[in-house]
Parts: sequence; structure tokens; C-alpha cells
Amino acid sequence: MEIAILTKSPTFSPQTMEHTHQLEPNKWVDRYSDYLFNYAVSRISDTEMAKDLVQETFFAGLKSAKNYKGDAAERTWLIAILKRKVIDHYRKINSKKGKAEVRMPQSFDEESGNWAEERVADPYSQAGKSQLENEELGLAIQECIAKLPKKQSMVFTMKTIQGISTEDICNELGINPSNLWVMIHRARTALMGCLNQNWF
Amino acid sequence: MISCEEAAEICDKAQYDEVSKWRYLKLRIHLLFCKTCAQHSKKNTQLSHLCQKAELHSLTESEKEEMKTELEKKTLVGKS
Ligand SMILES: [Zn+2]
Repeated sequence: MEIAILTKSPTFSPQTMEHTHQLEPNKWVDRYSDYLFNYAVSRISDTEMAKDLVQETFFAGLKSAKNYKGDAAERTWLIAILKRKVIDHYRKINSKKGKAEVRMPQSFDEESGNWAEERVADPYSQAGKSQLENEELGLAIQECIAKLPKKQSMVFTMKTIQGISTEDICNELGINPSNLWVMIHRARTALMGCLNQNWF
Repeated sequence: MISCEEAAEICDKAQYDEVSKWRYLKLRIHLLFCKTCAQHSKKNTQLSHLCQKAELHSLTESEKEEMKTELEKKTLVGKS
């Protein structure tokens, strides 16, 4: 079984060695789960379902690891899998409800999994446009958070995204408030540098 | 006047509403005179706005641990 290759070494590159990108499944959750989750939630507001799709994406990635050619970055490759999962999810809903009620968003491009341009130009253009922009912004921020050292990204995420109190974070991570604020400061400074200037 | 370090600290805490009015006032005064901190503070506040606007979502640490366990289980398939 191909999957057995994975157990021998955590890092592997299929076929030849000339590929620049490698898959490291043991790091997927830390590196990409929030990024993928953010995308999934933006398409499917059901957070439990979104979480399941992320998990399924990792499984599918593992299963098709042998097809990974190393020409796309790991993150790009994984989000492409997730996009398919989102489309399949809409298909399932549609087939359950019957053709009378098509709930697949109108301008959803099945090939790329992206919202088509026309969505921006429709009567709801303002809403559509800002939704797209916010989604893009969310992914950009998650991408930058993923580049932070593990503990900084944890503290920043708990504090900023999950809104957990300083006291609770300190208790959970066994740090004191001044440690926490130092990490928050470093994380925020790094994010300001990482996020593209045109967001500011 | 407070130091630039203290200004940065107050500015970070202000992003989470965890600073007293009095300390916040001290920060505002510092910013009137210190261009570097004023710039940093402006960007820091904008970062907060961006995070809000993006409506970020994230999984909890325990959810991530669960995912890792599930993924490991799948990885081990085919071993025995
Ligand atoms: Zn200063």
C-alpha cells in the first residue's frame, strides 16, 4: 500500500527528487487547519460541517499523496482538495432537496471553486464584493499567522480570534501575563510586516 | 513621559480593551510627541480592524489535537 511509505519517513517526495515541494502530513494540522477552516466556514456557514470537511481534506490528501507532483505548494494543493469537497457538499444538498431548489450559489465556478466575476457585477455587487474581499483578507491573515512560531500563533489566535481572557490563556498554557503580552506584541508586529501593505 | 516600550505595551493592551483610561491617556500624550510610536500605533489599530473585518475563524487546540490523532490513525493504516 502506498500509504505505508508515509510511515517510514515523515517527509517524502514522490517519484523523483527534483521537485521543490514536499508533503509533510505530520505538520498539516498545525500549518493549514485554520487556513482551510477559514475558507470552509466562509463557504459553508455550518462550522461543524466545515470542520469535517477540513478533516476529510487531510484524509484525501493522504490518500492521493502519491499523485502529488510537487509543482504546487502544499497549501495550494490542499485548498484545491477542499474546494472540491465544498462543491461535493453543495451537490449533496442539491440532490437531497431535488432540482426545484438549487442552493448552489449561482456564480460558483465548479472548476476553480471560486466565485465567478459576474457575482461582483450582480445587483448585490456591494455585498458580493465585500464578501470576496473579506474572504481574501481572512486567508491572507491566516497565512501570516501560520508563519509565526507555534506558541506565538497559539497565543495570538486564542486572544484575538477566540477572544479568550488573558487569565484563562495563562492558566491553560502555564505562562504569566507579561509572557503573554510579549508574545502578543511579537505576533502583532510580525503580522503587520507580513500582511501586504495594500491591506492597510 | 512614558517610554516607547511602555507606549507599545499600552497600545497592545488597548487593542483588547485591557488598559485603564489613565494609562491610555498617557499613551495618547506620548503619541503626540513620538512619531515612531504614532505610526506603530496606527498600524496596530488597523490590524485589529482587519482582524475584525475578516471575521476570522479558528479551531480550538483540542479540536486540532483530535484532528492530528485521526490523521495519525490513517497514516498507520497499512503498517501492520
Ligand atoms: Zn515612542
